[in-house]
Amino acid sequence: MTSVTDIKFQDKDSWHLGTLSSQTRSFVAGQVLADIADKDDRIVIMNADLGHANRTIEFAEKHPERYFNMGIAEHNMVSASAGLASVGYIPYIGTFASFLGILCCEQIRTDLAYPNMPVRLLSHHAGISLGYYGTSHHATEDIGIMRSMANMKIICPADSYSLEHAIRQTVDLEGPIYFRLGGGDDPDVYHPGDAWQFDKIQLLREGKDAVIFANGMMVHPALEAAKKLAQDGIDIAVADLHTVLPIDRKSLLSILDKTPLAFVAEDHNTRSGVATAVADEIVDSQLSGVRLVRIGFPPNEYAIIGAPYHLYQHYGLTTAGLEARIRAELRKREI
Amino acid sequence: MRISKDPNWPDRDRLILSKGHVAVGVYPILADLGYFPKEWLDNYARIGSPLGDHPDMRKVPGIDFSSGSLGHGLSVGIGMALGLRLKNSPGRVFVLMGDGELNEGQIWEAAQSAKQYRLGNVIGIIDRNEMQFDGLTEEVMGIEPLADKWKSFGWQVHNCDGNSIPELIRTFDSIPAGTDRPQLVIAKTIKGKGLPYMENSRVWHLGHLTGADAAAAIAELNSSN
Repeated sequence: MTSVTDIKFQDKDSWHLGTLSSQTRSFVAGQVLADIADKDDRIVIMNADLGHANRTIEFAEKHPERYFNMGIAEHNMVSASAGLASVGYIPYIGTFASFLGILCCEQIRTDLAYPNMPVRLLSHHAGISLGYYGTSHHATEDIGIMRSMANMKIICPADSYSLEHAIRQTVDLEGPIYFRLGGGDDPDVYHPGDAWQFDKIQLLREGKDAVIFANGMMVHPALEAAKKLAQDGIDIAVADLHTVLPIDRKSLLSILDKTPLAFVAEDHNTRSGVATAVADEIVDSQLSGVRLVRIGFPPNEYAIIGAPYHLYQHYGLTTAGLEARIRAELRKREI
Repeated sequence: MRISKDPNWPDRDRLILSKGHVAVGVYPILADLGYFPKEWLDNYARIGSPLGDHPDMRKVPGIDFSSGSLGHGLSVGIGMALGLRLKNSPGRVFVLMGDGELNEGQIWEAAQSAKQYRLGNVIGIIDRNEMQFDGLTEEVMGIEPLADKWKSFGWQVHNCDGNSIPELIRTFDSIPAGTDRPQLVIAKTIKGKGLPYMENSRVWHLGHLTGADAAAAIAELNSSN
């Protein structure tokens, strides 16, 4: 009898759950936490029947007694994580961002944020990264929801390196943390030895004509767009604004002071996400003369159907899309 | 319950008031245990008081978890029970639920997870007064057959008269130690017990007595006791 794992695919796009881990190489939380948990008894993981998708199942191989699959019952998972935290554990709980950040909003606010419980939300496949799964599986509002909660922290790592550093640097922080992750196939932005510091903006590229603030899966296309524009003498800075809350106000204002034309590129709606966080700082600091351009998901729409690649293209959230938008804005400015 | 003079003793039993609106009944007990000054009780629900209608664990020593949003408490208890077992703690987790609260779907998510993880250290208590805000539970959103539902979810069910303290003690004492089945006590109660004009009256599901009305009610309760 042929086992399902013995089937050899003929086309590169064919896959099944057994091959999923090779498509989600940036989901390293399970491995990193398994390593931390060797010396830290407080680490536990919960997931809601998506342990193979977010690869937290790799934690279970090393620490099965500290791994809890709560089934397709996300509300229960979030509230139960609060109970675990209240007796001394640090739970990392994972599922799609649409279900953690949107479905479980009230449990997160009332059971995690209000009592300030050290629960870490591994909220993956955020934005429109689930493509043709459709709006039920998209999360283009979750940063806005999380940002409005007291005691919350939000980190959007760009790749596996920054996810690992984000996890390791925040283990001992008080209160809940929302880790907003992409589709798991994010190209590397950082390399071994690179600086990555929680709650600090990382200026990845200097530039005098404009700056792009990006985070998560938008950092890589922002860097690539800046490289393309540089070929035409357009000098664009790129800043990784991975920690949306608490925001690094000092660096943000210093960058805006030098480069008053700013783009924010985000896989989130433009009404309540990263651009809004930046705009809040500009307003609260009474910084004048800044021009802020929001590039993200349109706030009055739900996505059309399409594969992730095509959706990002459609909404201009690719290297080419960012490049075209920046050129267009620079042209407007010249007129 | 296993408790001590230290409200943060790690091996204590936990009590979660999933029907958080009964906190006013627990605050005096916590004060009697010496967890906070009795003077706090006089400022109940007044501005700046640690004691609100729904309990806040960060403000009130002895409150094991903040509550108020119905349907959450059993899930929180599941997490505590998983954690206590992982620590090899003898502590158990008591979760007091309302019967109207069982309308919430999350209760049943929690109920199935207690069986899945064989959490014999969880003891659910249902205050079965048969009433909720808009009327009788069976008229608003029926929850019967209640015992059968919990049994089918893998719980061991105990029935008792929730207005009888000796019977409650007998029931809790009968719960086996070291079981791997989650336990449920259905405590049949009469809402407003002791004040005939309140007993099983819909309008007294929520109300407020002050001044002479409060004094008369206290006198009536004292005379009937």
